[in-house]
Amino acid sequence: MAKLKGKEMIKKRTLSLQKRKALIAYSFLIIPVLFYLAIRIVPALQAFLMSFTTSSSSAFTLENYQKLIHDEVFWKSVKNTLLYVVIIVPLQMLFGLLLALAIERVGGKLKWFYRVVFFLPYMTSIVAISWVWRLLYDPNSGVLNEILVKLNLPTQEWLGSPSTALISISVVIIWQMMGFCMLLFTAGLQVIPRQYYEAAKIDGATKWQTFWNITFPLLNPTIVFLAIIGVIQTLQTFTQIANLTGGSSGGGLGGPLNSTMSVVVYMYNEGFREYNLHYAAASTVFLFILILIVTLIQFRTFNKSYKL
Amino acid sequence: MKAKNFSVAKIIINIFLLIGIVAVSFPFVWMILSSVKSTADFYSFSFWPQSLDFSGYKFVFEKTDFTRWYLNSFIVAIVVTFSNIIFCSLIGYTLAKFRVTGMKLIFLIILSTMMIPTEMLIIPWYVFSSDFQWVDSYWGLIFPGLMEAFGIFLMRQFMASVPDDILDAARIDGMGEFKIWLRIAMPQVKPAISALAIITFLGNWNAYLWPVIVTNTAKMRTLPVGIAMYGTSDAGGIQWNTIMAMSSLTVIPMIIVFLIFQRQIVEGIALSGTKG
Repeated sequence: MAKLKGKEMIKKRTLSLQKRKALIAYSFLIIPVLFYLAIRIVPALQAFLMSFTTSSSSAFTLENYQKLIHDEVFWKSVKNTLLYVVIIVPLQMLFGLLLALAIERVGGKLKWFYRVVFFLPYMTSIVAISWVWRLLYDPNSGVLNEILVKLNLPTQEWLGSPSTALISISVVIIWQMMGFCMLLFTAGLQVIPRQYYEAAKIDGATKWQTFWNITFPLLNPTIVFLAIIGVIQTLQTFTQIANLTGGSSGGGLGGPLNSTMSVVVYMYNEGFREYNLHYAAASTVFLFILILIVTLIQFRTFNKSYKL
Repeated sequence: MKAKNFSVAKIIINIFLLIGIVAVSFPFVWMILSSVKSTADFYSFSFWPQSLDFSGYKFVFEKTDFTRWYLNSFIVAIVVTFSNIIFCSLIGYTLAKFRVTGMKLIFLIILSTMMIPTEMLIIPWYVFSSDFQWVDSYWGLIFPGLMEAFGIFLMRQFMASVPDDILDAARIDGMGEFKIWLRIAMPQVKPAISALAIITFLGNWNAYLWPVIVTNTAKMRTLPVGIAMYGTSDAGGIQWNTIMAMSSLTVIPMIIVFLIFQRQIVEGIALSGTKG
């Protein structure tokens, strides 16, 4: 009897302890989680709802989407956004990797100096630095055309011509992002065990073989991470485009001739210049789906486990 | 380290890196040079300023709300950073350390919101900001950033590694649960907190899309919005020396702060990247 009572008492006590724990956990969470719901989850659902209604009536309609898929400018912005991704993501990762490997190879005291300098662009204000690049690119006051003249090369329109504007913007983004990639590749390189390289040396592997058979596969987690982050960020490109195009040099954001317009710039123009918020919401739903698809594809294709 | 001093390969790599350094730092040099040029130097191109002309800086401080923008950016970034440190670590700690029903579900829901692009939330934010008259106010600038999914995720990962024993020991000593989080758990994850602080501050200091939408008057602009608005809506053509003065005043302090805290910042960003 006494034994049973003791057991029950322990059970009761653990139960009340468990209850107490739950109570503490919920009281810690309730306010922040409700706030989080209010600023993240409710608005997301609201954006969906808005995209299926118009400002004049709250009845369900596909009008916004129909307008969206028939708008050439929208498709142009989708095409541009994908172009940004294809140009920017591989190049910023390639430069980041080359820098990380080169700096690792240099070693010694210079290592930290190089790292800090190449990382600087990532640390600086995107808007401020976009204006600096805008001056560099300026056809009249810019230094780039001046250099081309000195080298007897034909001058370029840079941001002023539809054929070069998108690439010019991509250069700015790569310039700013490659330091971030370098930093993460450096961190990735540092966790590769030294023994692998020593074993490869004993086996007489060349530097090239060592890189492709040891370094590259072991960097796989970093590569996957940077690819996903890079694609998602690039799909959302806005600030650089907004500050490198538009304004007093003529035309709206995403110019010339919509050649640099991304989906987010399109959303901004439609939502906050034309004040067609419901229509703009439809374009953000499209962006959401795009990001979702890309993330899923990347998880599938990159997550193959490499064998050593 | 191996005593393999000056190989040819190393010299070539150093040359390659030095060229890279010139390419990376040139825009900064150009920014500073241009900020002290006179308007004439922009009409007829000259590499060096013909004479030191500080009229750009003068204009910035006398004719624009630049100092106010600086203050606004600072207020927003500080409040948001502080809020993220408190709330993300509290949520992360609770989700990691209290094994009670519902924790996994809450974590999954928060995690899944990382997939939602901010752009999608901006339109509803704007709608209810206008309804509640939050447009053009500090609260309007601040509220979307107060808690970030990534911060919660990061803190949960680190809080999970805090040993249960020390938390239980504090409980036996009769310490309150709130105090245990603040005094025992928080100091255990200091590197993660400084990483979170750095990326949150940086992200908000640079934020552009939401601030440009939610601010109307010049007084409420943040630094990026102020610079962009000055540049794009200026009717008489772009005043390059003024914009470069603004850019220099924005970028140079950031570089100085970065150089002072370089180790913490570099390690913090690497940490949030590798654990994230």
